[in-house]
Amino acid sequence: MSSLHIQQVRKSYGSTDILKGIDIGIDDGEFLVLVGPSGCGKSTLLSMIAGLDTVTSGDILIGNQRVNDLHPSKRDIAMVFQSYALYPNMSVAENIAFGMEMRKVPKAEREKAIQDVAKLLQMQHLLDRRPSQLSGGQRQRVAMGRALVRHPQIFLFDEPLSNLDAKLRVDMRTEIKKLHQRLKATIVYVTHDQIEAMTLATKIAVMRNGELQQLGSPSEVYNKPANTFVASFIGSPSMNLIPGRLVPHGDGLALEIEHNTTEGLQIPLPPQPDSVTAYVGKEIIAGLRPEAIGNGNLQKHELTRQVQADLVVTEPTGPDTLAILKLGGFEVTARLEADATYPAGHRGLFTVDLTKLVMFDSQTEQRIA
Amino acid sequence: MMTIASSPRQTRAASFADWLEVRLPKLVLAPSVLITLVFVYGFIAWTSILSFTRSKTIPKMEWAGVLQYAKVLGHERWHVAVHNLMIFGVLYVLICMVLGLLIAILLDQRIRHEGTLRAIFLYPMALSFIVTGTAWKWILNPGLGLEKLAHDWGWSSFHFDWIINEQMAIYTIVIAGVWQASGFVMAMFLAGLRGIDQDVIKAASMDGASLPLIYWRIIIPQLKPVFVSALVILTHLAIKSYELVVALTGAGPGYATELPSTFMYAHTFTRNQLGMGAASAVMMLLTVAAIMVPYLYSEVRGPRTSSH
Ligand SMILES: Nc1ncnc2c1ncn2[C@@H]1O[C@H](COP(=O)(O)OP(=O)(O)OP(=O)(O)O)[C@@H](O)[C@H]1O
Ligand SMILES: [Mg+2]
Repeated sequence: MSSLHIQQVRKSYGSTDILKGIDIGIDDGEFLVLVGPSGCGKSTLLSMIAGLDTVTSGDILIGNQRVNDLHPSKRDIAMVFQSYALYPNMSVAENIAFGMEMRKVPKAEREKAIQDVAKLLQMQHLLDRRPSQLSGGQRQRVAMGRALVRHPQIFLFDEPLSNLDAKLRVDMRTEIKKLHQRLKATIVYVTHDQIEAMTLATKIAVMRNGELQQLGSPSEVYNKPANTFVASFIGSPSMNLIPGRLVPHGDGLALEIEHNTTEGLQIPLPPQPDSVTAYVGKEIIAGLRPEAIGNGNLQKHELTRQVQADLVVTEPTGPDTLAILKLGGFEVTARLEADATYPAGHRGLFTVDLTKLVMFDSQTEQRIA
Repeated sequence: MMTIASSPRQTRAASFADWLEVRLPKLVLAPSVLITLVFVYGFIAWTSILSFTRSKTIPKMEWAGVLQYAKVLGHERWHVAVHNLMIFGVLYVLICMVLGLLIAILLDQRIRHEGTLRAIFLYPMALSFIVTGTAWKWILNPGLGLEKLAHDWGWSSFHFDWIINEQMAIYTIVIAGVWQASGFVMAMFLAGLRGIDQDVIKAASMDGASLPLIYWRIIIPQLKPVFVSALVILTHLAIKSYELVVALTGAGPGYATELPSTFMYAHTFTRNQLGMGAASAVMMLLTVAAIMVPYLYSEVRGPRTSSH
């Protein structure tokens, strides 16, 4: 197990820059998840860590060793591909053993390693089959087995679950998490599923257009998104981003929301740091998670406010009910209690919890608080 | 009233259109089906019948049992023909496959001008066998081609007269045949190579396999279906080959490069032995069928039964 440091890594194909200076560092045993929309360069970054692609500039360090010029097989890493990339002409056992065979590991030792991995992944009964005789989930297991048997410094996963159906995906997600906890392995995992990112990661790197938007723990990325892109990308349903204005209110500040309505809405804010008070009278973007807007399910305390809102539509999901509310003229998503029944067009008081309110500069879209 | 009056006509018109729609493909195909039936299967049947008769210059419906087969099998020239076919067939198939695979692997290294090179290698297949045979006849002719060229350039000890050498002439047919077909085999292998998942190769590379090992252990085993196709196509080309020999050596010198096909032609059309010609033709047909039928059968059935 080893740490991984990516320093100012750039990648260009001809004149197009795919990665524009990425800096990521993780410690031994961390689970790094790279997320971002399609085409943002996640796979490119992963294959550069693997050594399947060269960096245009910058350094990649595994442990303390700079590996830029090391052949993939010399980097002591193992990769699980999205397509699984099993050797179709070999049995499962041969697939798992191929790397050891190449490294001239004695046959007896190989046999034992195969058995150990097969037991770990509960696939002893599959060892003699060909990949074409396996289901998607079983292939996925074999691909993991092939990586595990190497005991590498770092595991790389490129969207390993994206070819599985929804149920299996959730099961395998849990298994990968268990495996990580058991092996204390360093893992870099690519996905564009933000739930996978939240559930698996110890660190999430959110990328967009070849640039790192934020690197942090799941709760940091969720609660303190660096900018509006991260705020809307992480979380489902995504964070409500409400354009508003900071206005003086008594001794402090209030958030004024007004959109195509004569009567604006003013929400008094708790005391704010200087970075925010500097924005008095200016436009900002307020970020509120759906679970921070509710009705009876939110306990009232000093940071909650009662606001008048119009209910547009409700969507019961089971454990709770999602509702679209009109708040000062803006449509926002709220998470209400499960059996909330309101007639469409209902107008009433809802609760807003300001504990986790975040605010962004309306021009740069960076977080100010 | 209007609707009642018009509806039967409409139905009739519609039913004619329906009738046409159902029958049109059959009508269009009918002439070619008929032609195939008569000129392929009809003549196969006719030839088979003739092979059991005493026909000589003209067909004669006199039952002869397996007499003609016995005569063919006992004929010295037939033995030479079969022996030559073995040499030619084995060398032609093997060399074409090895060369085709090698060129395909080299072209698969994402080199520049790949398209041009591919076309160059593939081009011989577009030539007729007669053109190939004639061209190689000139190239291999000691007084005209390679040997003369070497002499003109001052390499006077150079000696290459296989084409007029009874022992070696059959190998000149191998050379010309390989020249013509290996590009085609290359194209088949290249298509196979292009179909291989690049991630698998990356995975093998991360597992520490060198490029030659990746080809040997991972890629070439996946080309098995291409090997089978190439083997079948080349084998039946080898058994059928006729024009090449006619143009290149005319089955000579003497009858040193006789093949079953030239044997059949000679007996049927120039030696007034219609029955023997027919018997040899039937034996060739059975050999080709023994190779092609299982292959075609597996090709048609394959996708459904194989687990892939
Ligand atoms: N060989 C190449 N030549 C030119 N551009 C490339 C090449 N490989 C990738 N790209 C480009 O690099 C960008 C990033 O690709 P990459 O595969 O890393 O995206 P990704 O984040 O993994 O997306 P996805 O979630 O769809 O897998 C894409 O815009 C892609 O078009
Ligand atoms: Mg990708």
